[in-house]
Amino acid sequence: MTWVNALVQGVLLGGVYALFACGLSLMFGVMRIINLAHGDIAVIGAYLVWEVTTRTGISPFLALVAVLPVMLALGYVLQRTLLDRSLRGGPLVPLLTTFGLAIVIQNVLLQVFSPDVHSLGPQAGWISTASWRLTDQLSVPVLGVVALVVAVAVLGGLQVLLHRTAFGREMRATAQDPDTAALVGIDARAVYARATALAVGTATVAGTFLAIRSTFEPSSGSTQLIFAFEAVVIGGLGSLWGTLGGGIVLGVAQAIGSHIDPQYAFLAGHLVFLAVLLSPRGRAIAGAVTR
Amino acid sequence: MTGTAPAGGAGLQVRRWTAASRISTAVVAVGIAALAVVPFTLNDNAVQQLTSLLTFVILAGMWNALAGYGGMVSVGQQGFIGLGAYGTILLTQRGVPPYLAMALAAVGAGILALPISVLVLRLRGGQFAIGTWVVAAALGLLVALDSNLGGGTGVSLTTLNVYDQSNRGAYTYWVTLGFTVAVLVSSLLLLRSRHGAALQAIRDDEEAAAAVGVRVLPLKLALFVLAAFGCAAAGAMILANTLFIQPQSIFGVQWTAYMIFMVLVGGLGTFEGPIVGALIFFGIQYEFADSGAWYLIGLGATAVFFALVLPRGLWSLVEERLAVQLLPVGYRLVRPTVTQRGAAPGDPQSPDG
Repeated sequence: MTWVNALVQGVLLGGVYALFACGLSLMFGVMRIINLAHGDIAVIGAYLVWEVTTRTGISPFLALVAVLPVMLALGYVLQRTLLDRSLRGGPLVPLLTTFGLAIVIQNVLLQVFSPDVHSLGPQAGWISTASWRLTDQLSVPVLGVVALVVAVAVLGGLQVLLHRTAFGREMRATAQDPDTAALVGIDARAVYARATALAVGTATVAGTFLAIRSTFEPSSGSTQLIFAFEAVVIGGLGSLWGTLGGGIVLGVAQAIGSHIDPQYAFLAGHLVFLAVLLSPRGRAIAGAVTR
Repeated sequence: MTGTAPAGGAGLQVRRWTAASRISTAVVAVGIAALAVVPFTLNDNAVQQLTSLLTFVILAGMWNALAGYGGMVSVGQQGFIGLGAYGTILLTQRGVPPYLAMALAAVGAGILALPISVLVLRLRGGQFAIGTWVVAAALGLLVALDSNLGGGTGVSLTTLNVYDQSNRGAYTYWVTLGFTVAVLVSSLLLLRSRHGAALQAIRDDEEAAAAVGVRVLPLKLALFVLAAFGCAAAGAMILANTLFIQPQSIFGVQWTAYMIFMVLVGGLGTFEGPIVGALIFFGIQYEFADSGAWYLIGLGATAVFFALVLPRGLWSLVEERLAVQLLPVGYRLVRPTVTQRGAAPGDPQSPDG
């Protein structure tokens, strides 16, 4: 039964990873860039929520609602300033730019907020500790379920946005061919800026859930970037529901690894990722990049 | 060694050597000889500082070989740095003499790069970047599991204590100098060979290069293995210089930050640039490393600035403004004499190295 418990925890953890991954996947899908500062941007979101929560005493969930517009604007400005410019410089420049940005963000956070480890768990109140006990050994944490539900809602929302709205059509058209999209009057730069804003918004939600369910510190971002990327690759590129699946597989792998020995948690996740990379599916992913 | 050859009917000539590159190659040879006698003339501290400078030169050169010539932005070279350091520990624990262990660990990391390349070389761009990062993270976690290697708390290279401090510093310095010359000369030879042009074609456009018949994968593999060897050698030298390592620092992503900084500031895709970058980074580290977070904020911001504004770094300014190339890695087209010039109007002038 403890194995079933590990499985359940892993599935719920997968929801958080899918939240981290969908923004990374969105930016890669639309602009063909991997934002190496994605995890650190999520951590900025977590710090802002923490700051609002500790100053006003409101729930982190309410604080998230207040912080989201700020982060959306940050994403928009980031694309309009740094990333737009880096996109013009060829394939290597966006990577180098976002890596440099990641270093800057981590160390600014370190300077401003000190290296102390924080958690939003206590401020979130009962929800962070409550769980439904199904049997003696199997309990389902409420927070995990909330995170998974939010992940499904965010991914579903993105799916509807991409496939049912005019903006979604513009985004898909720009992703396929920005020049042709420009011929029918779509401003690629505006689409990119909104896509980045959305990606930063989802990262903020992800960062907040990470901060509530465990802890965060200035350097937490790079680990989360790696997990997000693993979830995207395991789930298969270009599919939002695949990303959820990938997040869940990664979460389960880590939970099972951790159940054997806490030291194996992350290693198990990495090994599953590398195994997927070796599989025919991994070759297909590499092929997809080539196109 | 003039290497001139007739090109076309217009009297154009292709030259590899220029007066500047001939002089500077001689200067480099004299410089290496001068560096070799440093331990006899300078004090222990200076020798140790020079060792770490040479380590930076290796790291920058290797990262540039990957990104500047192969178009592969790796965020995981710290995996090989760690392998070099921990490989040395592993071998010395089994009775191998320390300096031999360092060389063997570097070669071993080069060999281990082959199976790793199967995983990551199929990835491109950002996917390759994070793929290599995952491999490095996994290697770090694996090493931390082994309690014989000190687990997560770190381990010392005790066998080097048989030498007294002064001799140890000198030996480590010479080994580092040997590694530096070895990796730089191998990348120079690789670039001067006909594969050099192919590599730069891959960097500029991998698909176009493949379309004109460049065999992309073997060349990228060669660079990946060379970079693994070089980074592992640098890792072994870091261990020899500090005598103590911990998984989270030797496998830390800050090494990649340093490498990107050095290569971007010096000049991505130029042979001389990373060496200039290493010198600048060495100076900055010497002055500002105690400033903590601000130091790293400055490094990151400078890297962003160079990536956006001057992606070919400071060396490109020297190369473009003065049209000098200190080491003969390129080809230059020499225009015919004035009387023949009318016969070949608009000939391209000295294409890029």
